[in-house]
Amino acid sequence: MTIIEASGLTKTYKSKTGPVHALAGLDLTVPRGTVKAILGPNGAGKTTVVKILTTLIRPDTGTAVVDGINVLDDPKAVRSIIGVSGQYAAVDENLTGFENLEMVGRLYHLGGAASRRRAQELIDLFELTAAGNRPVKGFSGGMRRRIDLAGALVFNPKILFLDEPTTGLDPRSRMALWGVINKLVDDGTTVLLTTQYLEEADQLADSIAVIDYGKVIAEGTSDELKAQIGGHRVVIALVDAADANAAREVLARYGAGEPQVSSDGRGIDVAVTDGPPALQHVLADLRTAGIELHDAGMRRPTLDDVFLKLTGHKADMAAGENEDEKMEKVK
Amino acid sequence: MTATATRPAPAPPTWNPLSLWYSDGWTTTKRNLIKIKRTPDMLVFAVIQPIMFVLLFSQVYGGAISVQGTDYVQFLMAGIFAQTVVFGSTFSGSAMAQDLKDGIIDRFRSLPMSSSAVLVGRTNGDLVLNTISMIIMMATGFLVGWRVNSSVGEFFAGLGLLLLFSYAFSWVMALLGMSVRSPEVINNASFIILFPITFISNAFVPIETLPDPLRVFAELNPVSALVQAARELFGNEGSAPVPDVWTLQNPVLTVLIGVVVLLVVFVPLCIRKFASISSR
Repeated sequence: MTIIEASGLTKTYKSKTGPVHALAGLDLTVPRGTVKAILGPNGAGKTTVVKILTTLIRPDTGTAVVDGINVLDDPKAVRSIIGVSGQYAAVDENLTGFENLEMVGRLYHLGGAASRRRAQELIDLFELTAAGNRPVKGFSGGMRRRIDLAGALVFNPKILFLDEPTTGLDPRSRMALWGVINKLVDDGTTVLLTTQYLEEADQLADSIAVIDYGKVIAEGTSDELKAQIGGHRVVIALVDAADANAAREVLARYGAGEPQVSSDGRGIDVAVTDGPPALQHVLADLRTAGIELHDAGMRRPTLDDVFLKLTGHKADMAAGENEDEKMEKVK
Repeated sequence: MTATATRPAPAPPTWNPLSLWYSDGWTTTKRNLIKIKRTPDMLVFAVIQPIMFVLLFSQVYGGAISVQGTDYVQFLMAGIFAQTVVFGSTFSGSAMAQDLKDGIIDRFRSLPMSSSAVLVGRTNGDLVLNTISMIIMMATGFLVGWRVNSSVGEFFAGLGLLLLFSYAFSWVMALLGMSVRSPEVINNASFIILFPITFISNAFVPIETLPDPLRVFAELNPVSALVQAARELFGNEGSAPVPDVWTLQNPVLTVLIGVVVLLVVFVPLCIRKFASISSR
């Protein structure tokens, strides 16, 4: 039932400051008909994995099999069953949205009539009907992005690869895309997507692979990952940052780990094993100590917490250098 | 937004590799033709520059440069044709670099299309652009007094030879474009190469007027052979003796051999390069 199986993938780029290990022995499996999210910060190797699986670049070592086809042996066979939308909108500026999609259809060898029909369907699907016959040159970033995503869907692919699909989309388009993805999965498509947005992985994916420095550091469902760092978190917001140390001690008393203090010194949170009673204790002790609060509550851990726990740094902080810059240096 | 569930049929099994190659090549050529139509500045450059060169050289240098047995305009035109087709080939280089930069190469490479189709479409598109330039230039030349003094067959042979050379040279520039990856660098770098090979030749002045080291370079320069071939086929060669170098004594054959060599070397190199490039 596995449709994507990659093992031991490594890829090293040369750079002025020495070799950059974009992938350092990455293993990945995706069951057929599911959505897998690769979650990681900039430079973690997300784009490199997608490029290898979609035949755009070759790994230094390791193997990748997509729907039973070895990516390295028969890239063309792989290309005929996948749809790809890269990190940057890959569209021809001088063609209209419709012409771009028609061209992609013809290059999938659907024939002229079917290509035009499919192009129009996708234009309508992505709500570009009004702009469909204008050159892409005049499109906004979000509109280009949607044409590019539509390009990945021209030939309803067996496997859809989406590299940071919602980067640059407004919230409305993002919701719309999520809808399309869910519909495709209902129809049996397998989706591999990369994202920096924890919320996105949470919403869309059946399973999440967290990667950092070119390796999978954790894998599982969103709930499984969250369970790794305990149940609830108690969160408080102080009126006066001067109370931070005292408040921190109170939270440490009932917390399961070290309390985290926000950069402005007024927000503090800590993981707890028994949610409601811990919150009650914290509030009682803070009151006794005379510490004033803006806000207090309990929340479920987010994937941000998971990331911080697993990697020691926040998800939105670059692990190393930006992936773009890395590729830039390869030239 | 409502998703549609139609699944288009895959390629009919009757498509053989050759017709797939043809179809893919035509699809990408069409893409480049649309670009020519929609990018007026490109077309203006391709049209205005040759007109400017014809007028500038014929009117400014026409009185100063004398050519044995003919007037300067007759002598000049073949040189300007050659220069234009050589310069025109840089489009292929900068366009490949631009496609890489824009990321559309990644789109093409992830499609089950013929691996040479993008390059075929590119060079075909530029051939069309060069043909347009050539026609405009010939018309301008005609207005300033240029005349073809040969048969219709020879005229078309000359035109064909110029375009064939530009087509072959497009592949050289396409490889450069994929290697350098920056359209700006391509435009600047190519002029450093193209200026010497077009100006240190017989394109604008009779070769025997050049000082010795440059004369040797000009005699062996393939652009000189192209110019000489076009001059002979258009009947514009005048009565000056042709330098006693094999390439200039047999210019048409030299150009044909050159074209074949360029294609045999650069087409496979381009296809190989294309199979491994990826944006950013």
